[in-house]
Amino acid sequence: MADTVLFEFLHTEMVAELWAHDPDPDPGPGVSAGLRGEEAGATKGQKMSLSVLEGMGFRVGQALGERLPRETLAFREELDVLKFLCKDLWVAVFQKQMDSLRTNHQGTYVLQDNSFPLLLPMASGLQYLEEAPKFLAFTCGLLRGALYTLGIESVVTASVAALPVCKFQVVIPKS
Amino acid sequence: MGRGLGGRVTSGGSRDAVPGAGPPKMAVCIAVIAKENYPLYIRSTPTENELKFHYMVHTSLDVVDEKISAMGKALVDQRELYLGLLYPTEDYKVYGYVTNSKVKFVMVVDSSNTALRDNEIRSMFRKLHNSYTDVMCNPFYNPGDRIQSRAFDNMVTSMMIQVC
Repeated sequence: MADTVLFEFLHTEMVAELWAHDPDPDPGPGVSAGLRGEEAGATKGQKMSLSVLEGMGFRVGQALGERLPRETLAFREELDVLKFLCKDLWVAVFQKQMDSLRTNHQGTYVLQDNSFPLLLPMASGLQYLEEAPKFLAFTCGLLRGALYTLGIESVVTASVAALPVCKFQVVIPKS
Repeated sequence: MGRGLGGRVTSGGSRDAVPGAGPPKMAVCIAVIAKENYPLYIRSTPTENELKFHYMVHTSLDVVDEKISAMGKALVDQRELYLGLLYPTEDYKVYGYVTNSKVKFVMVVDSSNTALRDNEIRSMFRKLHNSYTDVMCNPFYNPGDRIQSRAFDNMVTSMMIQVC
């Protein structure tokens, strides 16, 4: 079953390639340990790479949001859409389900994955914590794209406390 | 069954069906409407007045919206993508289908083509949905643009009345 690693390798190369184009190696002041969001401590060039990655994920998410729910009946409410993301979308892309979904019922959802496949081969613990956010940008876009196709505008951010556990926070603004 | 009306569609220019095989499954106009209610793709048989079909599709959107909001208040097991007959006029019947991403498909068929059964219409909509999904997954397609894919065109051509 070599299929799963194909995407992982492609993703690693995508991140490496987009990062390499950034001509400014100086990380600038205030490099934090990347605990909250992927923009912490990045220069303008790095921010561009992150948004390019997120944009790619967004387009892929749009296509997946169209293809995956085909035989499923229309969703009744927001929570159903989030459950679809945690189960069907995650299984289709990462061959496993999301480990936990929490919500405050006010439009904020926290999706937690205890062994995120794109971070699993890197480390287990606190090593490489600063590098982790850029490997989550594509997946944030993926979630946002799928939500957008299903009619929900949202803001998705990711955070890592210790590899490979990561949390995706989806905020859906109330209109 | 359904052959009592003969193997021909009465509107002009259709090809002769094989006697005893029933009329071919054909639509007169097919439209794909985005969730913001503008057309992504609309095609009708060229000999007829296209504006009339555009107008029909436009008015059918109201009925589609009504059905969608009615579905939202109904019980769980009634939620379905296929909306069924939207409204009949004296010459035409209009059918609707909505996807999970709120993209609507509207199909207008000739009223005299009575052998077109419900499950045939459903299978036509399913084919449309599959082709639309392929268009969405095409990296050269920007979501929200008009659909210009030739593959999609060919599939729609196969569903429309052959008018020479």
